[in-house]
Amino acid sequence: MHKLLHVLAACAVLALSSAPALAADTIKIGVAGAHSGDLASYGIPPLRAAQIIADEYNAKGGLLGKQLEIIAQDDQCKPELANNAATKLISDGAVIVMGHICSGATIAAIPAYANSKIISVSPSATTPALTKGGKNPYFFRTIANDDDQARLAAEFITKKLGKTKVAYIHDNGDYGKGYAEAVRREIGNKAAVVLFEAINPDAPDFSAVVKKVRKEKADVLVFGGYHPAASKLVTNMRKNHMDIPLVGPDGLKDEQLIKMAGKYAEGLYASQPQDTSDLPSHKAAHANHVKKFGNDPGIFYYNAYAATLAIVNAIEKAGSLDSQKIIDALHNDFVETPVGKIRFNSLGEPVGVGLSMYQVQNGKFVELKDSTMMLN
Amino acid sequence: MEQLLYFFELFFGGLTRGSIYALIALGYTLVYGIIELINFAHGEIYMLGAFTAMVVAGVLGVYGLPSAAILIIAALCAVVWVGAYGFTIEKIAYKPLRGAPRLSPLISAIGMSIFLQNYVILAQTSDFVSFPQLLPELPFLEKIGSIMGESDFIILVTSTATMIALTLFIRYSKTGKAMRATAQNRTMALLLGIDANKIISMTFIIGSALAAIGGVLIAAHMGQINFAIGFLAGMKAFTAAVLGGIGSVPGAMVGGLVLGLCESFTTGYFSGDYEDVLSFGILVLILVLRPDGILGKAKVQKV
Repeated sequence: MHKLLHVLAACAVLALSSAPALAADTIKIGVAGAHSGDLASYGIPPLRAAQIIADEYNAKGGLLGKQLEIIAQDDQCKPELANNAATKLISDGAVIVMGHICSGATIAAIPAYANSKIISVSPSATTPALTKGGKNPYFFRTIANDDDQARLAAEFITKKLGKTKVAYIHDNGDYGKGYAEAVRREIGNKAAVVLFEAINPDAPDFSAVVKKVRKEKADVLVFGGYHPAASKLVTNMRKNHMDIPLVGPDGLKDEQLIKMAGKYAEGLYASQPQDTSDLPSHKAAHANHVKKFGNDPGIFYYNAYAATLAIVNAIEKAGSLDSQKIIDALHNDFVETPVGKIRFNSLGEPVGVGLSMYQVQNGKFVELKDSTMMLN
Repeated sequence: MEQLLYFFELFFGGLTRGSIYALIALGYTLVYGIIELINFAHGEIYMLGAFTAMVVAGVLGVYGLPSAAILIIAALCAVVWVGAYGFTIEKIAYKPLRGAPRLSPLISAIGMSIFLQNYVILAQTSDFVSFPQLLPELPFLEKIGSIMGESDFIILVTSTATMIALTLFIRYSKTGKAMRATAQNRTMALLLGIDANKIISMTFIIGSALAAIGGVLIAAHMGQINFAIGFLAGMKAFTAAVLGGIGSVPGAMVGGLVLGLCESFTTGYFSGDYEDVLSFGILVLILVLRPDGILGKAKVQKV
């Protein structure tokens, strides 16, 4: 028995000591996110995107003459696991990380990367806090943040719709209230705030608040929240013969809303990333997924594909694994990705990613091509 | 003039919501009146009513019937089916515990509530699903559309008719009289030859049917349901029942309407942020200051 333990220990030591030797032969790209648990559906498509690109590069002879190796760490979208996942990736020798997925987990993980001067590129974390003030030069993302949607909405309401009296209703959640507050901040003094109020999304109906919106003579309603409550709100409004436009974030852009509110959903506005499915690299990314997995990719796949492409492109341009050179390349070099031709600004936000306003027309969300905003 | 108009808008909006609360509250109060149990699974009955109607309406929709006919058939199916649920729940979860300490059936009720929610998640879905827009359009209401929408009108008329029917039933029918007798004194009612088990079952069936009507009305009004809608509606209706005086049938109706009006006026004149604070604040205040509610009779504690 003792002998066996000795052998095991020797193996373990051997394994540990051989790790740095291996690191010299491959470029390790960490992929962190929810790979199991409730939110695995957010984390698995990005993992697949990274794997597909790594395989593609390796078949062509690798990057800088080395093979790419994907090392995955599961954080289940939980902040308390994310820090461990980050530490593990760092000690396993990841030179750059694609992740994390959820905002909370990303907030928890990025200090560890910054301390080790390791770059991370998130495909999906949208909270504005991550890049606020530009204090962390090692963090990048390939998705528009929540404030960008608010900027688009503010622009759309004041310029396109030309409205001057805005009523804000939100569901008191981080996402919904955050959106309503951001739109109010972005509109500033370009339109009056006639109402700013919370509703309980589970209430049987929103009749009273709808009547209040009318009494305050609002000419547009901004709703921060998700589609079930928005559907009830718009139904209540239209049934009360109130036809002012309703504008909301991507939480509203769900086909289910149209099914639930039926004809009352007509005319509703919701923002979402621009439809880039016509781009060649979008089509290629889609085809690669279908070829390898036999089905359509899941959520955040294209953003992750873009993040991984940006990473390998930057390493290639930098010509080394020096993090400062890679950061410079990320800031300066445009790269063709499924979400557009992108680079990153000094805060780490994507440049070249588009957001569009969509409107329900004849039972479908239609992209309003003239109400698009390119991030810069 | 505008102020007055606004007042009436809020008033009728509050009445509409209040009448839904009242329909659900009646189930709480009827059951409490007979066996002194707070049936915490009652909110789920309301949810099941909406789901049953959705399934039936989905099937009927295929045959291209007019929407009013679909609504009525779906509502009747929901009433019968959910009545059967009420009957079964009582037999499974409460009857075996009739002699047990009062806490046991209460825990059993909470368990039943959790069971029913999960049952719907498994049998249907955990997502929000759409409920067909079935309420007929009433062109003659167009003029006062801002004060009272068509759906509000239908909900008010249906729930008022239901409540009148219930009152007549309890006052004049033989079963109604037996229910009142059992509520007053179960032992005495038993001695006089009233089958208490049958009356208790009947109470659960009627209470469930009322909740089902409420569920169908609000689902058809708002166009959506999910497994969790019973929770908040159930808590609010419970508050309404306590407010009116739990155990009292007119109390539940008054309590529901008063609560609906309070919520509507709070949002209308103050802020929607405080709607739920108000409702549950009322619950606490009533329990502390006047546990017997508006119309409940103060009971003499026999020591």
